[in-house]
Amino acid sequence: MTGVAASENRWSWQPILLLLVFALGAYGQATGTVPSVLKHSADVLYLVRQQLRLVGASAAIAIVVGIGIGVVLTRPHFRRYADIVLPVVNLGATVPTLAKLAIAMAILGIGAPAAIFGLAVLTLLPIVSNTISGLRAVPEALIDAARGMGMTRNQILWQVELPNALFVILAGIRTALVINVGTAPLAFLIGAGGLGELIFTGIDLMEPTMLLAGAIPTALLAIVADFLVGQIQYWLVPRGVNPLR
Amino acid sequence: MIRLERLTKTYGALTAVDAVDMTVGAGEVCVLLGPSGCGKTTTMRMINRLVTPTSGKIFIDGKDTSSTDEVQLRRSIGYVIQQIGLFPNKTIEDNICVVPDLLGWDRAKSRKRAAELLDLVNLNPGIFLKRYPKQLSGGQQQRVGVIRALAADPPVLLMDEPFGAIDPINREVIQDEFMKLQASLKKTVVFVSHDIDEAVKMANRIAIFRDGKLVQCDTPDTILAHPLNAFVADFVGSDRALKRLRLMSVANVMQADCPTLKAGDSFERAAKLAEEHDLDGLPVVDDEGHPIGMLRFEIARGRNGHIAEHLESLPASVRTSSDVRTAVSLMFANAVTWLACVDESGKLKGYITQRAITNSLSLATGHGK
Repeated sequence: MTGVAASENRWSWQPILLLLVFALGAYGQATGTVPSVLKHSADVLYLVRQQLRLVGASAAIAIVVGIGIGVVLTRPHFRRYADIVLPVVNLGATVPTLAKLAIAMAILGIGAPAAIFGLAVLTLLPIVSNTISGLRAVPEALIDAARGMGMTRNQILWQVELPNALFVILAGIRTALVINVGTAPLAFLIGAGGLGELIFTGIDLMEPTMLLAGAIPTALLAIVADFLVGQIQYWLVPRGVNPLR
Repeated sequence: MIRLERLTKTYGALTAVDAVDMTVGAGEVCVLLGPSGCGKTTTMRMINRLVTPTSGKIFIDGKDTSSTDEVQLRRSIGYVIQQIGLFPNKTIEDNICVVPDLLGWDRAKSRKRAAELLDLVNLNPGIFLKRYPKQLSGGQQQRVGVIRALAADPPVLLMDEPFGAIDPINREVIQDEFMKLQASLKKTVVFVSHDIDEAVKMANRIAIFRDGKLVQCDTPDTILAHPLNAFVADFVGSDRALKRLRLMSVANVMQADCPTLKAGDSFERAAKLAEEHDLDGLPVVDDEGHPIGMLRFEIARGRNGHIAEHLESLPASVRTSSDVRTAVSLMFANAVTWLACVDESGKLKGYITQRAITNSLSLATGHGK
């Protein structure tokens, strides 16, 4: 029921938003901003692709490593280490992003590898903590029933624990991805390129249109990433444990 | 079928289960009963090795379970728990087929079986197969929990307070359904409970535990009639005589060769019958044998003519298939000392008196199970 209400809600403000965007566009066209932003379209395409490579690689690493750490830290043998590892990962998240990139650069040198590493570390925390809390929230009785019926540890993980924790894990990935995409322009500062090139150069040259040519695609990428993971969450999580369906 | 030999489990200094020796016969329902922390659940969980025994052995069909791979062992034993434990991410159909799928059964075969099993517990397969657990009520979920344990047709069933979390009305219904299933399936069932009424109702044998030790293991009637010590007597309750009534059926206690009167009979005949049978009244039947009323002798004494004019309506009658507790309840409710007993079609089959009930309670071993 709440799902229906929420979607109705979304539909009701959508036309207004559309109108606003149109008005903004018309205003931009009239003042000449839009044509001058479009002037950078060739650069934008190239840099978007470059940034997507950074985001894709770092997110993939963060998802694989993050879920892996989360799964390991909820296994009986390693459970007690979770309370040691989580604060460490948390501490890692409090280090400012720029400092993190700088440290990564100091170790891995200038360029994409350092940026990917830095972004992956940054993205890790929400995935690890959501994987752990998702798996911990699976009722003990389910695992007892699964064991009692003769499932092996692996079968319990894949058939019971992960499907039931999937919604929470994907919520973590969703948050992580939005942070990742939003932070990716900073990669430019350690020589990894991306849309940061337009943004920071635009700031340096006091050229707002160049800045916008970098900032608008960055914002759009974040929205698209959020939308995509939202869709994955909607369709991939089994219906019986999916609060959206 | 299941034999426990000196079965012991210790956790550090604590002995949870202490050298338990016990046998559960094939096709029997054995209820492990006792207060919480008495070791009954641990004992049950050692049977499918969810808990590893510290010492002692468990044999199923003569085979030592410690020599079997524990995963294979568990797949061959049905398992039902109080929290039900249906997987919320799977449909009812897939939940029922968990063990058949683990065993690699043909999919079409196991799905067909899931539908048949749902039918057995009065859930329409057309409606429920594709639903998810959260769409079912607690009672419906536990019905699925029970048939899930039966899906791969295991000979042994372990049930850990399976109906403990269900509301009292539904619990009675599900217990009855399970008894009906069990009557045809004849599984060997180890059933953990802390509810003496449930145990009396379900069990062929009751094993009473205290502080990890098996105190008494006997038929429900023996436990109620002859509790071994004060603990058992206390645990089964001071109303244990009343609980035994439930184990007896009216058919076994009633006087079957019931003298009957017909509406056209004379008072002489009535007086003679009353003398022979030491009753204060007699049921009167029509030509088909259906009771139409009763004649109270103190009213009839010394009168002439036909008894039809002095008929009183029967205060109550009891089915021969009911338990004696129902009969006693009807007697108290109607302030009578005897009841007419009728069969399913309403024909008079006999009468049951308070004295007959007291007599059968004092017999060393009871009737019924």
